[in-house]
Amino acid sequence: MAENNPILKMFGICKTFPGVKALQNVDFMLRAGEVHCLMGENGAGKSTLIKVLTGVEKLDKGEIFLDGENILPKTPLEAQAVGISTVYQEVNLCPNLSVAENMFIGREPITAGRINWKEINKRAEAALEKLNVKIDVTQTLDSYSVAIQQMVAIARSLDVSAKVLILDEPTSSLDKNEVDKLFEVLRKLKKDGIGIIFITHFLDQVYEISDRITVLRNGELVGEFETAALPRVQLVAKMIGKEFDELASLNKGNVAVANIEDDTSFIKARGLGSSGTIKPFDLDIKKGEVLGLVGLLGSGRTETARVLFGADKADSGELFINNRKVSMTSPIDAIKQGMAFCPEDRKKEGIIGDLTVRENIMLALQAKRGMGKYITRKEQEQLADKFIKLLSIKTAGPEQLIKNLSGGNQQKVILARWLATEPDLLILDEPTRGIDVGTKTEIQKLVVKLAEEGMAVVFISSELDEELRTCSRMAVFRDRQKIAELTGDDLTEHYVMQTIAGGQNDAE
Amino acid sequence: MKKLQLNSKFVPLIITILLFVGLFAVGSIKYPSFFSLQVFFNLFIDNAYLIILAVGMTFVLVIGGIDLSVGSVLCLVAMASADLVENRGVNPYVVMLLMIVIGAVYGLVQGTLIQSFKMQPFIVTLAGLFFGKGAAAWISIETINITNKTYNDIAHYRVKLIGDGFISIGAVIALVTLVIAIYIAHYTKFGRTAYAIGGNEQSALLMGLPVARTKILIYTLNGICSALAGIVFSFYMLSGYSLHGQGMELDAIASAVIGGTLLTGGVGYVVGSLFGALTQGIIQNIIMFDGSLNSWWTKIAIAALLCMFIIIQRLLVARRDAQKARSRGNLAKNQAVAK
Repeated sequence: MAENNPILKMFGICKTFPGVKALQNVDFMLRAGEVHCLMGENGAGKSTLIKVLTGVEKLDKGEIFLDGENILPKTPLEAQAVGISTVYQEVNLCPNLSVAENMFIGREPITAGRINWKEINKRAEAALEKLNVKIDVTQTLDSYSVAIQQMVAIARSLDVSAKVLILDEPTSSLDKNEVDKLFEVLRKLKKDGIGIIFITHFLDQVYEISDRITVLRNGELVGEFETAALPRVQLVAKMIGKEFDELASLNKGNVAVANIEDDTSFIKARGLGSSGTIKPFDLDIKKGEVLGLVGLLGSGRTETARVLFGADKADSGELFINNRKVSMTSPIDAIKQGMAFCPEDRKKEGIIGDLTVRENIMLALQAKRGMGKYITRKEQEQLADKFIKLLSIKTAGPEQLIKNLSGGNQQKVILARWLATEPDLLILDEPTRGIDVGTKTEIQKLVVKLAEEGMAVVFISSELDEELRTCSRMAVFRDRQKIAELTGDDLTEHYVMQTIAGGQNDAE
Repeated sequence: MKKLQLNSKFVPLIITILLFVGLFAVGSIKYPSFFSLQVFFNLFIDNAYLIILAVGMTFVLVIGGIDLSVGSVLCLVAMASADLVENRGVNPYVVMLLMIVIGAVYGLVQGTLIQSFKMQPFIVTLAGLFFGKGAAAWISIETINITNKTYNDIAHYRVKLIGDGFISIGAVIALVTLVIAIYIAHYTKFGRTAYAIGGNEQSALLMGLPVARTKILIYTLNGICSALAGIVFSFYMLSGYSLHGQGMELDAIASAVIGGTLLTGGVGYVVGSLFGALTQGIIQNIIMFDGSLNSWWTKIAIAALLCMFIIIQRLLVARRDAQKARSRGNLAKNQAVAK
């Protein structure tokens, strides 16, 4: 399996940004034929280390050796030329070009003064086949899923001859099946002796695929560990630098809260559905509970939330709020009814980058009160200060532009935006995606606390253990249909997974 | 399945060609003298300059840019040519070469401003539009007729084709430009880089493509096309006038869009732009043959067409998104079954 000769060595890497020591004396070693996870919270220095390695940022001090040779890439291109390729979460290819062209653009074979398309298609097909991907390479890239697009990006990297392959959060937008496929490919590449640096927030995946883990914290090296010899709890403890017990104990409190009688339902959906997105479903959401919507990606979790919130129009069924029938046609109705919705893609649907933290917090409240109603500057500042403190948002101040905040803190601002409207029902769609473990825990704790205070919370997450920790009840979705509701003793990892997968336990 | 998919990429192009054929058929049925080879060839003669503009514009739109200056460059070139040849007695061939150089410089400057100073192409080329208009009017407000023999000879030369049909030198230049453009677009690294930039500029950079150089070159190329169109235009009109070419940049953009080019960049076919230009020409012809319709009906018809094409493009995108969502759903189903 993993041979032990180091292919990449980084010694004493230092990098300072104005005011921040991003990396201090960090060493990193990658061996040929291993998958090496780079772990750390946001701001630990993972991205900076990768940026230094790939020539995006210039290092202040330190040395990099690739195959024993001292290298210092100044641009991503130089890094690629020496054999260091990166595949990002957002695939860096051109969606409008064919798959084959994406793999060969810039280095097309030319015969008789013109690009030899046949050759390109043939070679692209062969290169993808090595990764067990059999697709029509003449189709445009955007006709394939993100998973396939990543495969194409990997194939391109390999074909440019990569010795070191860096995968930066490649699995964030993949579902389980796609992740498995990706891992298959990675295992194959390991055998071919390629060194793989893998960055992810998913602990499961770390343990499934990696041989070694290097942990960074606050720009410093915590250590390099053999994955097999490092229990999860310890890994997390090393990453956040504190003990992990508080997470484990979270679950207890909220089970009791779940046992509240039916008439406290804040919202009742009867046969609610929207053709093409979600089949009609019944759903009750009670005050003081955290209801989890679980299922695979695309199973209807988000769609359910959107229909409840009026973001997608329901074309069947009825909706009752506080036992009164309501008809909602747009999110503004929902907001007025006391609902709040933090969408999945915070970059696209959530934050407005060029507005300040304060302005971002005020948005939903302003909408709820009505566009014409002026909210005094003083009230705005009070609210902003209150939430910055309450959620411990790390920002220079309320007037900081939100785009300058880290992902986790942006998420908190969005949360603050909806909390400012004092909602009765809070819908959170993947609130912890792509943010560090520490902030994740904070948000989970906050969710449980809000429910204890009587708010109804709908929590959508791809991470099952997160759901298990926070939710007192779960609605399971498959193929755009609600298939089950689980409570109490049914809320075990095994049982929930079985339900999602459609095992023996449901009548279908 | 595979074949069907391949076609979907070409649907806008096919629709444009069908539309052109359809319009030709309509004209032929309504007006007896319409159906002739020469009417068809005349489309190339009368729209040669527009075809050249549309070809250049296609590249600019493909990289996600826009060039509003082409009409006034055409005007300036026609004006300057007339002035130099008539009033200053410069050799016509030297004038033509000079005009090409002027066009190239025009495009180069605009491209450099857009790329190096990160300015909006819309504003930069709008300034270019005003500058060209102003410069043309500065040369003369009056029309300058071209009586030069070389120009007249070229203008009246007939290139014989099948039967009694013929086309002008201008049309030949347009067709040669078209062929070269197709080659550049689909068989050179330069052309493919343009498409990559239009698809995702950031990615193109990371893939090591010469983004800055390509973008500036595309604007330069478009400047050359505009100048070439100006020369062809002066053969066609045999005069220079400061109000020539008004709104022609928009005709060129309309041709490209009708031909399936997306204003968002990354998608477009040079051949499509040819048919886009021809379609506008044929609408004009039909209205001319009818005789009772005001010529502004051409614009109304083109407006309707543009609207239709934008809707078609939108529908195609929506359909593909739906397909993708469905295939995703199937995947999830397979997976559930597998477990």
